[in-house]
Amino acid sequence: MRDEDRAPAAPAPLNRRQFVETALKACGAAAPLLVAVIRIPSAGGQETAGSDEAGYDAASHYYGMGIDIDKCIGCGRCVAACKAENDVPADTYHFNTWVERYVIDSQGEVTVDSPNGGMDGFPPVTSERGIRRSFFVPKICNHCANPPCVQVCPVGATFATRDGVVLIDEQYCIGCRYCIQACPYGARWFHPTKHVAGKCTLCYHRIVRGLVPACVEVCPTGARIFGEVEHPATPLARFMRMNDVQTLKPHLNTRPKVYYANLDGEVR
Amino acid sequence: MQGYIYPNEFELQWGLLIVLYPYITGLVAGAFILASLERVFNVKEVQPTYRLALLTALAFLLVAPLPLLGHLGHPERSYEIFLTPNRQSAMAMFGFVYAWYLTVVLLLEVWFEYRKDLVLRAQAAHGVRKWFFYSLTLGATDLSDRSLRFDDTAGRVITVIGIPSAFLLHGYVGFIFGSVKANPWWSSVLMPVVFLFSAIVSGIALVLILYLVTSLFRSRPVDMPCVDKLASFLFYAMIIDVSLEMLDFLHRLYESEESIGILSQMISSRLFLSLIVLQLVIGTLVPLVLLGTSSPALRRGGTARGSDELRRVIYLVAAVLVEIGIFSIRWNVVVGGQLFSKSLRGLTVYKVEVLGSEGIAITFALLALPLVILWGLVKVLPPWSEAQARPSH
Repeated sequence: MRDEDRAPAAPAPLNRRQFVETALKACGAAAPLLVAVIRIPSAGGQETAGSDEAGYDAASHYYGMGIDIDKCIGCGRCVAACKAENDVPADTYHFNTWVERYVIDSQGEVTVDSPNGGMDGFPPVTSERGIRRSFFVPKICNHCANPPCVQVCPVGATFATRDGVVLIDEQYCIGCRYCIQACPYGARWFHPTKHVAGKCTLCYHRIVRGLVPACVEVCPTGARIFGEVEHPATPLARFMRMNDVQTLKPHLNTRPKVYYANLDGEVR
Repeated sequence: MQGYIYPNEFELQWGLLIVLYPYITGLVAGAFILASLERVFNVKEVQPTYRLALLTALAFLLVAPLPLLGHLGHPERSYEIFLTPNRQSAMAMFGFVYAWYLTVVLLLEVWFEYRKDLVLRAQAAHGVRKWFFYSLTLGATDLSDRSLRFDDTAGRVITVIGIPSAFLLHGYVGFIFGSVKANPWWSSVLMPVVFLFSAIVSGIALVLILYLVTSLFRSRPVDMPCVDKLASFLFYAMIIDVSLEMLDFLHRLYESEESIGILSQMISSRLFLSLIVLQLVIGTLVPLVLLGTSSPALRRGGTARGSDELRRVIYLVAAVLVEIGIFSIRWNVVVGGQLFSKSLRGLTVYKVEVLGSEGIAITFALLALPLVILWGLVKVLPPWSEAQARPSH
């Protein structure tokens, strides 16, 4: 069962609280000892703390993203904005989002690169055999409707919110890294100092305030479209109506919610 | 690095400690299944190693969670696996499978097996030792025929429960890898089965090594029918194990899915030493030839070839090579599964550190620790046949 009923971004799941409370009642005299050992979520307050903005109703949203390959120019502004906005380590191997460049030469040979995740743009293409076609592919967590990372997490530290975002509770993650192994898209990474898994949050702190994710905000060509998957009169719904959209690795039945327009078959 | 890998794949997530974990649990399951041969299937020849196999399983099981704990980013939160397990997660079952195996299977079986010895030792000892052994009997000091028969029956029943439990313990570890659909090197329904049979192989080899080495150091004669039988079982188990692995290999090759290109590249470059040389040649073919030619496994009438002395040396060498081979299998699964990109467009490298929290030094320490524990267990619960007090049945 996916924990969809959980309040968005609440650091403690309800069932755990109930469990601990019941355990404490049962323990009776041993309770003070247990209190010292077990971290007990403070009662009340936390229900809404840091998650529900005033007036925000998670149940009335279901988020996804559209990406138009033809519009991406590989400038890497999205990557830089994401790193700054979400405090992603500044090195070259931790990314919530990155941009890949595909170069298919005249013989059909495919070369892919993503220097520094595409953050600083790309060096000029050199191909002795001539280029058949070339394009950029922004990558991001697919916020799958059937997320394998959530399935494998032994403690339920990573979860899908009601509004369709896959998040990680940093206070709860034990750092086993099974979720990183289970993600088919390489979208997760391990935080070098926090020792917990990290990933794209769709800028959850922004979207609950009615803003768009940082990568969408800064894209100069509008290649990324953020919005509602299920509401017909929204930019994302229009994007999905006007384009043939595809998802990545659909055969794995992860049901991604990042939809690509003009996606080449070579992209994995 | 070669080709293209996703930027987040530069870091390998599961290193040497996670190689160690399935290796150690495999030894536990294998040693236990060997012990069950004598207890349930009445293979009388291996009786001299019954208790040793039980204690070996216990010693290694006690160490099994340590590499996992050491690898966690937040080991202090590990208890959450028990308190709020995600019921959908295969890994969340670890705590329960482990607790079941340790308490219900191994500790209980060891206790029933040794209860009479403990009572006798408590009666013979004085002072602190007396109380120590008495406390280990848990106060059950009845040595009547009826109660000893109960011990024996209970031990047998627990062993019967223990066999599927041992399968569960190690099959579960295989499932952890085999169920990751994102990873074509791991994702295979055969994974738990291959894990299981390689576990049996490694367990038999380990007990064979321990029995030969301890006999040498204790200057006691080696029970040759026993080691001949062990060598034969090792040979048979290896045949099954190799067949399963070949089936897996052929199946992948024949299906030739989109991952076949990058996986072939990985085997012929990154995994050549650990898979072709160590796992296949040194760890499988050479021991198979050694055991096949010297043990009674393939010989009519069940007679072995060569002098006792020569066979002991051959068995020891073969068993050590088998252990190297099985360790290579674990390495090839765990590390191999992370050497290629899930974009299927490139290979990365794994650099093992010598010191450090996931280094070679820690690995050797964790491999030596069960032997130290076993040494302690043997002091308290002698497994040798001359000290054995169990009634013959």
